[in-house]
Amino acid sequence: MKNLKVSIVAMLLLIVSFTNAQEKEKMNHEVMKIQNHKVEAVLAHYFMLEDALVEDDTKKAVQEGTKLMVSLKVFDLGNYTKEQQELLADIIEDAVEHAEHISESPIPHQREHFKILSKDITDMIAITGTTTKLFEQFCPMYDGGSAWLSMSKEVKNPYYGSKMLKCGSVRKNI
Amino acid sequence: MKTVKIILLILLVAFVGIQFIPTESNQSDTVPETDFILVNNVPKTIQKKLEVSCYDCHSNNTQYPWYNKVQPVTWFLENHIKEGKSELNFNEWGLLSNRRKKSKLRSITKQIESGEMPLDSYTLIHKKAKFSKQETNEIIDFITQLKDSL
Repeated sequence: MKNLKVSIVAMLLLIVSFTNAQEKEKMNHEVMKIQNHKVEAVLAHYFMLEDALVEDDTKKAVQEGTKLMVSLKVFDLGNYTKEQQELLADIIEDAVEHAEHISESPIPHQREHFKILSKDITDMIAITGTTTKLFEQFCPMYDGGSAWLSMSKEVKNPYYGSKMLKCGSVRKNI
Repeated sequence: MKTVKIILLILLVAFVGIQFIPTESNQSDTVPETDFILVNNVPKTIQKKLEVSCYDCHSNNTQYPWYNKVQPVTWFLENHIKEGKSELNFNEWGLLSNRRKKSKLRSITKQIESGEMPLDSYTLIHKKAKFSKQETNEIIDFITQLKDSL
């Protein structure tokens, strides 16, 4: 009887450590995938995060926040002038902090940080430029007026999600 | 009965043992020029409030309580202070760029407004650290003004 118990516990431990290792493997894989050190990689993750907020999906936003953080950290500053590098480094430092908070907060907090993050990303592409066609959208209701970037003209509000999906309008073409 | 005694003895030995593990204390005699209060024109009342309610965990100088000498309390406080300083260190305010300052000011406002800061575990013992309604309004007005001036 005792032997049986011991072997059950051992089995459970083995399973737990195995799944744990797999999780880690997955994380490494994510980091590997984000190898495009260009601003397009940052944008791609920013939009994934935005989608998660539009869908009111905290868990997904946590994951996307982490990925965005990684893509910001590996961003290659090499091709810019010294002055641009300083500006970008400052923006990235700020954006990383907001992405980090998003990766560890409930959805109201995530949305608060997404607002400033959106400003950071907007300022970032003002320096780097981008090949992606972008629209700056604006919702006058959230926190005294808040902007975000989108790849389409259609308004899908990341600050309210399903509660007020259509609140806002296109303010600028980038 | 005997096993209970043995367990108690082990716990006692462990408790005494951890008292000898060295820890780093967060203390400094000097306030650097980059300090929030020195850089900004902070009204006296707000200055006092910041020092009482925030500086223990968000600066290089903590006014430790007596029980900090006892482990595992020391570790608990050390962790809080380390985390607090990594989020915001008022002593190093002047080193931040305007963008970073705005972000931090925004977070300060949100944290105080929502009552998340100061932490409940802190105000439980430091009653004076709590923000009254009026104090909350005062500090938020000040922080908003500061943010708009950047």
